[in-house]
Amino acid sequence: MPEIKVTPLGAGQDVGRSCILVSIAGKNVMLDCGMHMGYNDDRRFPDFSYITQNGRLTDFLDCVIISHFHLDHCGALPYFSEMVGYDGPIYMTHPTKAICPILLEDYRKITVDKKGETNFFTSQMIKDCMKKVVAVHLHQTVQVDEELEIKAYYAGHVLGAAMFQIKAGCESVVYTGDYNMTPDRHLGAAWIDKCRPDLLISESTYATTIRDSKRCRERDFLKKVHETVERGGKVLIPVFALGRAQELCILLETFWERMNLKAPIYFSTGLTEKANHYYKLFITWTNQKIRKTFVQRNMFEFKHIKAFDRAFADNPGPMVVFATPGMLHAGQSLQIFRKWAGNEKNMVIMPGYCVQGTVGHKILSGQRKLEMEGRQILEVKMQVEYMSFSAHADAKGIMQLIRQAEPRNVLLVHGEAKKMEFLKQKIEQEFHVNCYMPANGETTTIFTNPSIPVDISLGLLKRETAIGLLPDVKKPKLMHGTLIMKDNSFRLVSPEQALKELGLAEHQLRFTCRVHIQDPRKEHETVLRVYNHLKGVLKDYSVQHLPDGSITVESILIQATAHSEDQGTKVLLVSWTYQDEELGSYLTSLLKKGLPQST
Amino acid sequence: YCLSGHPTLPCNVLKFKSTTIMLDCGLDMTSTLNFLPLPLVQSPRLSKLPGWVLKDGSTFLDKELKECSGHVFVDSVPEFCLPETELLDLSTVDVILISNYHCMMALPYITEYTGFTGTVYATEPTVQIGRLLMEELVNSIERVPKAQSASMWKNKEVQRLLPAPLKDAVEVSMWRKCYTLPEVNAALSKIQLVGYSQKIELFGAVQVTPLSSGYALGSSNWIIQSHYEKVSYVSGSSLLTTHPQPMDQASLKNSDVLILTGLTQIPTANPDGMVGEFCNNLAMTVRNGGNVLVPCYPSGVIYDLLECLYQFIDSAGLSNVPFYFISPVANSSLEFSQIFAEWLCHNKQTKVYLPEPPFPHAELIQTNKLKHYPSIHGDFSNDFKQPCVVFTGHPSLRFGDVVHFMELWGKSSLNTVIFTEPDFSYLDALAPYQPLAMKCVYCPIDTRLNFIQVSKLLKEVQPLHVVCPEQYTQPPPTQSHRTDLMIDCQPPPMSYRRAEVLTLPYKRRYEKIEIMPELADSLVPLEIKPGISLATVSAVLHTKDNKHVLQLPPKPPQPPASKKRKRVSDDVPECKPLKPLLSGSIPVDQFVQALEKHGFSDVKVEDTAKGHIVLLQEAETLIQIEEDSTHIICDNDEPLRVKLRDLVLKFLQKF
Repeated sequence: MPEIKVTPLGAGQDVGRSCILVSIAGKNVMLDCGMHMGYNDDRRFPDFSYITQNGRLTDFLDCVIISHFHLDHCGALPYFSEMVGYDGPIYMTHPTKAICPILLEDYRKITVDKKGETNFFTSQMIKDCMKKVVAVHLHQTVQVDEELEIKAYYAGHVLGAAMFQIKAGCESVVYTGDYNMTPDRHLGAAWIDKCRPDLLISESTYATTIRDSKRCRERDFLKKVHETVERGGKVLIPVFALGRAQELCILLETFWERMNLKAPIYFSTGLTEKANHYYKLFITWTNQKIRKTFVQRNMFEFKHIKAFDRAFADNPGPMVVFATPGMLHAGQSLQIFRKWAGNEKNMVIMPGYCVQGTVGHKILSGQRKLEMEGRQILEVKMQVEYMSFSAHADAKGIMQLIRQAEPRNVLLVHGEAKKMEFLKQKIEQEFHVNCYMPANGETTTIFTNPSIPVDISLGLLKRETAIGLLPDVKKPKLMHGTLIMKDNSFRLVSPEQALKELGLAEHQLRFTCRVHIQDPRKEHETVLRVYNHLKGVLKDYSVQHLPDGSITVESILIQATAHSEDQGTKVLLVSWTYQDEELGSYLTSLLKKGLPQST
Repeated sequence: YCLSGHPTLPCNVLKFKSTTIMLDCGLDMTSTLNFLPLPLVQSPRLSKLPGWVLKDGSTFLDKELKECSGHVFVDSVPEFCLPETELLDLSTVDVILISNYHCMMALPYITEYTGFTGTVYATEPTVQIGRLLMEELVNSIERVPKAQSASMWKNKEVQRLLPAPLKDAVEVSMWRKCYTLPEVNAALSKIQLVGYSQKIELFGAVQVTPLSSGYALGSSNWIIQSHYEKVSYVSGSSLLTTHPQPMDQASLKNSDVLILTGLTQIPTANPDGMVGEFCNNLAMTVRNGGNVLVPCYPSGVIYDLLECLYQFIDSAGLSNVPFYFISPVANSSLEFSQIFAEWLCHNKQTKVYLPEPPFPHAELIQTNKLKHYPSIHGDFSNDFKQPCVVFTGHPSLRFGDVVHFMELWGKSSLNTVIFTEPDFSYLDALAPYQPLAMKCVYCPIDTRLNFIQVSKLLKEVQPLHVVCPEQYTQPPPTQSHRTDLMIDCQPPPMSYRRAEVLTLPYKRRYEKIEIMPELADSLVPLEIKPGISLATVSAVLHTKDNKHVLQLPPKPPQPPASKKRKRVSDDVPECKPLKPLLSGSIPVDQFVQALEKHGFSDVKVEDTAKGHIVLLQEAETLIQIEEDSTHIICDNDEPLRVKLRDLVLKFLQKF
């Protein structure tokens, strides 16, 4: 029985370190290769030794697919390809390919330069790794090898985020990566056609949440920022350089312009300016509205938002600062947070999900005394607000996607176990499909039952469809053919053709039955009577009286001769081939009954 | 079906497996050359041209036809020569595949006037830039309202009397005025965007795939294939490395039929050489204080020209000369070019990763060396400084801002007009401006495939058949000795001409069908020869959306007793499953043994010429056994016959 095997190395009942192994029709594909933000030890990377203990990864994996540039989806890539060793193809979209190395480099700097870790991947490794990347277009069907093909769909989560369909033979898997089913200020909504995959692997970050309308959230956000600024407070918004940041920038930019506000907005690190530039160049990946207006005004050219300098943090007066990274686990956002945390006038707004173990997660869960490095205790007096702006699909969105794609099985990853459980039940109830949620290292096997494609000769097909065009369409029509199996190729042809192709002679089996009937008349009159009789009974058949004195019913031949001894008895010779067995046998018994008394 | 006579602006219709596919819909704009230019500003010269008088002195056409330096022009809104619309019912076209933005200019005529209800497929850059081209066209014609729309000269009787080329113009009654902006929008709304290598299913019957053709941003060749047949449509391809993604040749391999259109129109010119000449002439004119006019389309080669100039101007000491790009869509075109990173060649893609704008004209604009204006009115008149270089449309010199510059600069021999677009004959284009003092330089840059590249390409991809416009099967009329300027391949290409239907020599033999797993389980394969197995399949054929599926036959339902018809024919056997064919031969000895085993004691065997006759005397039954046939002759004794039949069948194979 063909089967699809799925083993998450990361993101199984967890968020972070996305890395999922899929075996489909003898092909092995790795989906995403992320790091975990919550750990700083070995656990931050997936355990690649699971794939193969000895032997090279390249031999085992047919390809690696990266869904988008977030580090929890691509952070382990250089480690995987350069330090563990993988030389096969890595697929990602153009924007992901462009932005990914920058984030990796950023990550590397923080880990190595700031924290002083050794045995980490180097800049050169990032470059070498990116050389193995093959960029794909949306909807482009990429032939990885003869049997394996992949296709990207728009996912909307961040710039360049994609869902991937992996197809081998008749079986297919769709991996969503992270996606968003509602369009936001700068990106469109995820979309997939009714591709009916055998398995849909979906993220489930917001498995239980159904978010209120976007507009409300935006108004709320603006109100909070505005209030804080009005009372002279500082607002810190920890973000990742790309993605939510741009959406919020557009939001604040238009708000500032409308309200004519003067308080400065800063955007930390040089990365962001670059990031905005990427958005300008990859504008085809953004939403309709921005694409339409970009010639007149590029939405990513901000007037009110300026670059941040470290010294600004100590400036008096209100300000809004976007700082990276988004979960307050390191870097500039954490620095600013430490500076501002003590003042209750200030506010920190967490616009996205925070992984367990990060400062962001701690303050969101209500912790107000934080133990920092060096046993320092930081008291948090500033206001902490959480606003879900992160562009994951909520429960409604996930259901919507399942409805769109119509998978036969669903597998949940990238979410918390409890919430997954809830969604799993909901999916099973609503769609009556199996739903799985394996933990890391746990293998799920899904049996598929694919149809077998064979070649059919056009002649046979046309003959059959021609019959099928008869008025009685509802009645199922049987078709007959012979399947020739030869060196793994399957061809369905008509029986005659099969014999011919194989050089086999047809063996004709004929029957001839003598039927005696009493009839004193002349031979040809008898024939005529038989003919009329048959014609009357067999209305649906073609009954013909041939000039040489014989009768045919379809292909059955009937001849009459006088009995050699008794002129009053006529012998009817009924002759048919094995193919007409039923009719022939029926005819003889019919004739045996004798002819009706003629008038 | 060929609907266009212009080999570079094709419009063909392919009927393939119950689908009707239109390949491109190019608009032949050379017809506009027969019309007078549309000036933006009243031109005293043009309005004073004398009316044309017939030889016999009758002047009834003098309002419609004007004479200029021995050429006769129609004084009217310019009209275009449409693809053939009578050859087949265009409302039956299921899909239109667009290969590049030049080949979609007739789209509104097709989608808005013929009852077309299908879908159009094109890549995103093709649509966006195509929209710009159409907008420019509509804009430049609509902003010069012309009261007169001439039609008298189209009368067949009258047309016969006209001088060439008007006399020979084809299908003049079919010529149409330009479409309007709402029509453009309506037409473009029917387009579905596709990406390279995207497989698009059409009604389950065929699959179409666009491939990079290397000619322009988003330009594509198309593969139209079913499971067994592959038709490649190659239109406007280029092997040169300019800005677009390089041509994808590998995917064209193994085609049954390759349709080849859109080859270079200037087979003798080398594009690289022409670019050099272009730069030199430009530099020379400007140094002498003259102005340079470059009539061009707002997209395409202009990007390459600007890039060349970017590198060239500093070394040539031209950094102070202003470059103007005037088109209603100039800004959009320059902006759009920067955002299609995915459709660009590798070099330019790498730039985007940095991130930097892929084209250097961004820098030219930033440093104010290149300025763009929507038209000569407005800001341009304030900023205008001479000497300068002006890029503007339309290359036919019949409408658009270029008309104004021709009138303005035509009288001075210091100025130069440089033709780079190959679509129009420059002499014809210039005709209504004669006499002209301005210098004219012809540097056609056509990066499309030339004949040497074609033969190389054909050798590489090895199609079974090549189909192309007839123009490509003979040397160009002006250079009839150049036999190298035609397509040369084996077997010789099949050619078509306007309004001709060509049947492709291909017979389909197989089709894909799916066998449901349940059915597959029930099959009993029989090994006939080593490695070859046969299995008889009896199944229900389901056909939906051109996909065929075989399913297990349903269990014969027990006919409900109440419904049983009481007629004699009730006993007539229903059309039961066909009896399988038999094969093999019967070994007589074993057959006789079998007979004896089954209680026939009086078996007698006679040898005949071809086989044997087995006699069962008691039953008066005769069985003729030959190599490939068996004949059972018996009395009407059904049980006996069945018994014999089954015995015989034991020795035979069924299919």
